[in-house]
Formats: sequence, C-alpha cells, structure tokens
Amino acid sequence: MSELHSYTMNFGPQHPAAHGVLRLVLEMDGEVIKRADPHIGLLHRATEKLAESKPYNQSIGYMDRLDYVSMMCNEHAYVMAIEKLLGIEVPLRAQYIRVMFDEITRILNHLLWLAGHGLDIGAMTMFLYCFREREDLMDAYEAVSGARLHATYYRPGGVYRDLPDRMPQYETSKWHNQKDVDRLNENRQGSLLDFIWDFTERFPKHVDEYETLLTDNRIWKQRTVGIGVVSPERAKALGFTGPMLRGSGVEWDLRKKQPYEVYDRMDFDIPVGSEGDTYDRYLVRIEEFRQSNRIIRQCVEWLRNNPGSVMVDDHKLVPPDREAMKHDMEALIHHFKLFTEGYCLPEGQAYSAVEHPKGEFGIYLVSDGANKPYRLKIRAPGFVHLSALDEMARGHMLADVVALIGTQDIVFGEVDR
Amino acid sequence: MTSERLQALQTRIEELAGDRISGSDIDLNELTVDVNVDALVDICLALRDGEQFAFDTLIDVCGIDYSAYRKEAGGTWDGARFGVIYHLLSTTRNQRLRLRVFVDESSPILESVIGVWPVANWFEREAFDLFGILFEGHPDLRRILTDYGFIGHPFRKDFPLSGHVEMRYDEEKGRVVYEPVSIEPRVLVPRVIRDEGYGV
Repeated sequence: MSELHSYTMNFGPQHPAAHGVLRLVLEMDGEVIKRADPHIGLLHRATEKLAESKPYNQSIGYMDRLDYVSMMCNEHAYVMAIEKLLGIEVPLRAQYIRVMFDEITRILNHLLWLAGHGLDIGAMTMFLYCFREREDLMDAYEAVSGARLHATYYRPGGVYRDLPDRMPQYETSKWHNQKDVDRLNENRQGSLLDFIWDFTERFPKHVDEYETLLTDNRIWKQRTVGIGVVSPERAKALGFTGPMLRGSGVEWDLRKKQPYEVYDRMDFDIPVGSEGDTYDRYLVRIEEFRQSNRIIRQCVEWLRNNPGSVMVDDHKLVPPDREAMKHDMEALIHHFKLFTEGYCLPEGQAYSAVEHPKGEFGIYLVSDGANKPYRLKIRAPGFVHLSALDEMARGHMLADVVALIGTQDIVFGEVDR
Repeated sequence: MTSERLQALQTRIEELAGDRISGSDIDLNELTVDVNVDALVDICLALRDGEQFAFDTLIDVCGIDYSAYRKEAGGTWDGARFGVIYHLLSTTRNQRLRLRVFVDESSPILESVIGVWPVANWFEREAFDLFGILFEGHPDLRRILTDYGFIGHPFRKDFPLSGHVEMRYDEEKGRVVYEPVSIEPRVLVPRVIRDEGYGV
C-alpha cells in the first residue's frame, strides 16, 4: 500500500458550518490540519467606499448590514464617531436606551452564536431553544424601530424615537384562535419596557436550561475542551478582543476600561476564562448572557422613572417634526436641507470603538469638512479573529475546524464588509 | 483617559523618536503621530517593548488616499498621496495611539510590521488590495477582499464607484463572462464643503 501524503482540501464557501461564505483551503496530513488558508471577500460590498459617496445619515443602514446579527452595536460605533467629530452630547435618556439596546443586541448575538455553535457540534436542541428567545428580542427591535433586523434606530444626536407605550398585539387568524392569541398577548399588555422586563425575569432560567444541556455534557466537553488554545500573550499579539480575549484570561472590556455612554453607571462583572480554549470561551459568553440581563434590568428601571428627550435639539442634524413643517418656513427649509444635502462635519479624524458582542468594533472616520466621509474604515473584530484561524487550527482534526469557526463567532457581513 | 496622560505620552514619544517623526497632534482626545517611513518598524518595536509605552495590541491598520482631499473647497493636497494609519492599544496602560505614515504614489512601499504585531498580516493585505500599498517583508501579500484576478485598487479615489467590469453567466459559452460596466455613474447628492457657521 502506498503511503498517504498530505493533500489539499476545499471547505466551503457553501457549507452549513462555514457560517456564511467562508472558503477554507486546508492542507491536511491525513485528518490533521497542516495549514488553513481562509479565502474571504465573497461577500465584499465595499461598504466603506459606498459610505464615501453618501451623506452621513444615509450610511447608518449600511452599518446594520455589516454584522447582521448585532445590528445596533454597529450603528452605535458609527454614530459615536460622528458625534465625536461634531462635539455633541447625547441626551441622557437616549444614552440609556442605547445601552439597553446594546445589551439586547449582545444577547441576540450570543443566542445566535450558541444556536449555530451547538448545531455545528451536534447539539441540535440548542438551535430551537435559542431561536425561541431570540423571537422576543426581535419583537422588541420591531416595536422600537419597525424592523426586526436592520433597525437604523441610532442616529447622530440620539435615537430615532422614544420607546413605545404599547406593544403590538397578535390577532386571530387561520392558525391562531382566540385562546392562542390571548396566551401570546399575555406579556404584551403593557409598554415595551414591561415586555423587556418580563423577558429579563424569564431569561436567567433559560440560560440555566442551556447550561444543563451543555456545560457538563460529556460530548460537548470532548468537542471543546483543549481545542484552539490561545495564551493571553498570543491573544494580544493576534489582536483578539471581546470574548476571544477574555476567554484567554485577559480582563479587557471597553465597557469597563473606556466606558462610553452610561456604562460607568452600570453594575456588572466581566467574566474571564483561564485556559483559553473553546470551552472557556463558551463559558465566558454564557456568563455574558447573565451580565447583559443585569444591565438591561438596570436600564429598564431608570428609563421607567426618567422621561425626557431622546434627541438633541438641533435641526441641522435632526429633522423637525411634521407638524412644525406645515406652518413654519424655517422648519421646512431645515427639513429640505437635511434630506438633500445632509450636514457637514468639521475637518478632522476620529476613532470610536464599542464593545461589540464579538469584540472591539471600531469606526475610523476622516472628514475633510464635507457632507460625506472622506474615508471610513470599519475595524471588524471578526476579520482579526478569522486571520488567526490558521494558527488556531494547526495540529487539530478536521472536525475541530468547525468548532473553531463556531467559537470565533464569525459573521461574514463584517469580515468582508 | 485624561488629556494630561495623553500629553505625557506625547512628550515621551517625542523624546523617544526625536527627528524620526514629522509631527504629533492631540485632537478630540486622540493622539496622532506622523512617523517617517524608514523609522516605522524601529518606533513600533520601541512602542511595544518600552515599559512606559507597552502597546501590546495593534487594533487596526488602514490605508487612505489623500489625492482628493478638500477638492470641493478648491484645495489641493501637497503631501504624499497615500497614508497608512495604525491604531495601537495598550491593554496594560489603557491608552490608545494613532501612527500615520505617508508614502508617495511613485513608490508606495513601506516595511511590514508583522514582526512586531502578527495581527498586521491581513490588515496589510487589505491595504495592498484596496490601495496598492506594498509592504516589504510581508510573507504572503496576496489580494484578500476582491475577486480572484481582480485588476486595479478599488479604494483609490480615481477608481469609479461602479467599477470597470461586470460579470454574468453566459449561456452559450457555459461560463461566467466579464464585460465593461453598462451602468452610468451618477451622483444623487453632490459632495460639498461648507464653511463653519454656514446657515446659522
């Protein structure tokens, strides 16, 4: 029998475990990975170049489509960069709303991560459980912005509108009789804040459910413990941020270290791992579920007691209300100017970063004084993490590559931009 | 991050680099240092290893094409056409720093910083792909985001937004074919530069 030599294998781009359009060229020695070469760019839309051709406000929607499972966090970094250059202060209530929705987004993102990661490694039930909870949070998105995914809710100067006083209700149909509808509408009787509060009451129990299925599960541990170990020094050198860095035991979280908005008023803890393997990163993200839940509850309590404005009062940035436009000439002019030309930013450069569910998401904005960005650079955490896949995969089995892609929480919208 | 800390950092970097930097500036509580091309790697190494700097992570590298800077206001850009911008982060000292290097259009080459921070690998490939900036010493400077066989560097200011070629599946030939773009470029909102105080 001839000796088996190393060979090259193609993985993706159309593979359910590739989380989108990842093409991996794997050099294998039997079943062991010698080298992994990710080919990316299949989803490249040149978002940064498109943004250069549009007034600032028209690019907010593009930000949603970067990491399309943590929409509002992307918007957040973008509007923060604009606000930094404009030098404006956002109303406190808008800051609380932003923090609350950032954390809702974090839970949304981690739920999809857990669903996909579980499914990849064989825990099919996780997928069903996680999507059950995602549904409620998507409803919160929909109630506040009208869209379940691509919200375009954050605007330079605040948020698009205040939180609604009542939740949309289910109606009877061919598939749902009155009894079903009553049950579905049970927690939708109050405002959006009541609905979110109800979710936060239930959610920790759901996280316990996930943990009973996975944390001590023998198969789960066999597939994750000791897979893709990254030392803290190496994690920093490879540019890891977010749960990937914390999984390696580095206590680094922008929400604590360089707090933005009202994170400095929030009471929460930063989980860190000790081994730096896939299992630790799983534990870190599970704990982030609980911490995000804590932050949301603090925000809901504050928002209930503190009504107020959610937008700066500056018609150079914010459209006037419809009613004023009917009788006020100036309001009409402001509206026309804002939607045809937009606003100009002062000349300069700014970098703003948020603790995105996947890591540090940064926007580097260069303005030459025009109504469009001169250069917009999106620093996507997934791009950096994927570049380390080669190093993490070497010496592991082919099946572990799937676990590694899962643990990196890759979304191609942001990797390819 | 207080601005006194940032000013102290600026002073320390000026002491360290001497005439190897052409300027530094604090704006919006962010420090930008313009580093000379030939001194980049030395300064990066010192910034990483120096006790009082400890920039252990490179957050981002990106290219920029200055050729159309303030064109609408009638301005012209006199300096080198391309810039490469490095965002550094020190997790131990909790500080950020931005380095900027200018490279000329005639020889857009600078040394790679992969040896200092391995994370630079893909970022430099991206800057090469999108701007055509070359990084000397990079082990694998391939295109990364654009298509296999792509021609040109799409983020340069003279590259049209709609590109040069479009592709479709040709039934007769039984394969994908590339053709010159058929869409007309159009601008919905013109780019304007307004002076401060406009419309107040």
